[in-house]
Amino acid sequence: MLHTTDIATQPVWTILENVMDPEVPVLSVLDLGIVRHVSVNGNEVEVVITPTYTGCPAMDTIKASIQMELLAAGYSPVSVKQVLSPAWTTDWMSEEGKRKLKEYGIAPPNPKQQVCHQHLFVVDEAVQCPHCQSWHTRRISEFGSTACKALYQCNDCKEPFDYFKCH
Amino acid sequence: MFLLNYTLYLADNALLLGHRNSEWCGHGPVLEQDIAITNISLDLIGQARNFYQYAALLKNDGSTEDTFAYTRDIREFKNCLLTELPNGDWGQTILRQFLFSNYQYLLYEQLQHGHDQQLAAIAAKALKEVTYHLRWSSEWVIRLGDGTEESHRRMEQAIAEIWSYTGELFIPASYELEANANGIAPDLKTLEVSWLQKVNEIFTAASLSAFAKATADKVYMHKGGKQGNHTEYMGYILAELQFMQRAYPGAEW
Ligand SMILES: [Zn+2]
Repeated sequence: MLHTTDIATQPVWTILENVMDPEVPVLSVLDLGIVRHVSVNGNEVEVVITPTYTGCPAMDTIKASIQMELLAAGYSPVSVKQVLSPAWTTDWMSEEGKRKLKEYGIAPPNPKQQVCHQHLFVVDEAVQCPHCQSWHTRRISEFGSTACKALYQCNDCKEPFDYFKCH
Repeated sequence: MFLLNYTLYLADNALLLGHRNSEWCGHGPVLEQDIAITNISLDLIGQARNFYQYAALLKNDGSTEDTFAYTRDIREFKNCLLTELPNGDWGQTILRQFLFSNYQYLLYEQLQHGHDQQLAAIAAKALKEVTYHLRWSSEWVIRLGDGTEESHRRMEQAIAEIWSYTGELFIPASYELEANANGIAPDLKTLEVSWLQKVNEIFTAASLSAFAKATADKVYMHKGGKQGNHTEYMGYILAELQFMQRAYPGAEW
């Protein structure tokens, strides 16, 4: 969708497919939708990324991993630039990424219109249990183990699980 | 100069409240809420980093996000007094978060359409997170205010304790007036009206009456933080926050 690929940038995109999010290691930076632009000029590469959350501590690691992988592939100099606008949204996560998340045991983000508003004490967003596929689940906390996740529990299989919350 | 000062003001508010909230790490009343308050802390420190990075660009003298946070002295910090107050009990922390998130939400909502592109981008990004903070803290103010006799009493006590630190949010410093005149920052008078409306709505739902009393009594409002005149608590925070960089300048890990 965002990937304007051509002969020169194609190998870079392929390398980025294998740079993983350190906190959700089944997702590549492309699955997450945080790579906004790639430009190649001879051996020189610039990758533009955007953070998922303002305080996401994984961004520095991701930046370094992208740099390492591209340097290892022979590109030099490699610069990784961070932009804030437009702000990242879970809409940019790839369908492939959502599938991988679910397989990994994390409920993927629902389509955006369901939350992200200010109303108090709303009925918990319907989230499907990634273990037994039941929709009979409840929210334990809207803040989870990382900034991007909320804590849920399945009322049927009783397993707790993470929900990659809509953003 | 006003733009740098205004950016530092936004950064310092986020850093100080983020630091205060981080003191709850491992001490929250229940695990889920311990995680919630430290998540909020992380968001705020992330905001502070974005603002400090921009301030470093504006200042262009070798300053970095770290030198702003770790090597400035107390009089150079511009955060509102509200953000540096001790945490008190859980109710007081929740109340402060609600009062501040309410302010931050309204402020960023305007800032994202302001004339400074970078401040607008940081605000638009952070607004999504502040929406969560405001919803979470509003719900907890209601839960505690409208909860048991003890939680209700403590919330009334918390209002009495910190209400007099809220006036400063809306008394503009010179850099805020200039930022407003340049179409970057919102007018604080208009902001205050929406802020009070929200406070009233939540306090009413929470059966809290101290607000009505406080506004009727026109309590004295503390100020000075925006100009670098801080409470006696501020020095202790900086002592803890800045110790490493002062003892071992440039230390990294
Ligand atoms: Zn289940």
